[in-house]
Amino acid sequence: MIQSVIEKSGIPTVSVTMLREVTEKVKPPRALFVDTPLGYPLGRAHDPDLRKKIIGCALSLLYRRVDLPIIEEFPPVDVHA
Amino acid sequence: MASISDLKLRYRILMRTYSYRTYGWRPGAVLEKPLSEARLAVVTTAAFHLPDQPAFDESVTGGDVSYRVIPKKTALDSLQIAHKSDAFDSSGIETDKNLALPLDDLADMAATGRIGSVSPRHFSFMGSIPSPGRLTSHSAPEVAGLLKEDGVDAVLLTPV
Repeated sequence: MIQSVIEKSGIPTVSVTMLREVTEKVKPPRALFVDTPLGYPLGRAHDPDLRKKIIGCALSLLYRRVDLPIIEEFPPVDVHA
Repeated sequence: MASISDLKLRYRILMRTYSYRTYGWRPGAVLEKPLSEARLAVVTTAAFHLPDQPAFDESVTGGDVSYRVIPKKTALDSLQIAHKSDAFDSSGIETDKNLALPLDDLADMAATGRIGSVSPRHFSFMGSIPSPGRLTSHSAPEVAGLLKEDGVDAVLLTPV
């Protein structure tokens, strides 16, 4: 909901989501599904390289302007590895 | 995979029966410049707040729709977490706030030219707001206005 309000104001947005089924209902414009447990939106603690990969993947969606809303998937992550 | 099916019964019932609302964002905004020139901000629902800011109030009926401004220069270790729930494992964001508010990562990405700059202000909400009316009518539009004041080109949102 917050995302959609910001997008409507004219600023492009992208979110990460751990609950695809909720995102499919709320329908924000762009989301990256990260297959981690709730509480781990950007992967693993103390793993900046992984976080930056997820952030980079999410930010790349900002250029998607057709066929919105979209939910892309990030490869599975083991948060305790 | 995180799934509603994995949650405790009372959360499963809540999330499966909750009437999720949408907000009309169409046609959608467009990022008109390369990321290497774009100013980024983060909006999280991790309920982070600075030590001198009031905590979120979990007792508010319908949910606390207020937000906290988190300056770019904040020492992430100093952030406190106002909302913990047994619906999710908070140990990750307790040990590394970058998991939800990646200000260190964005600073690195700005330093290496992957993004243009990091906004001076970022925004923290609490999750679990079952009655989001005032969120969409007041708090979120306020934050959108502050993002515009800061010249933000794009926003990354990190629900927890």
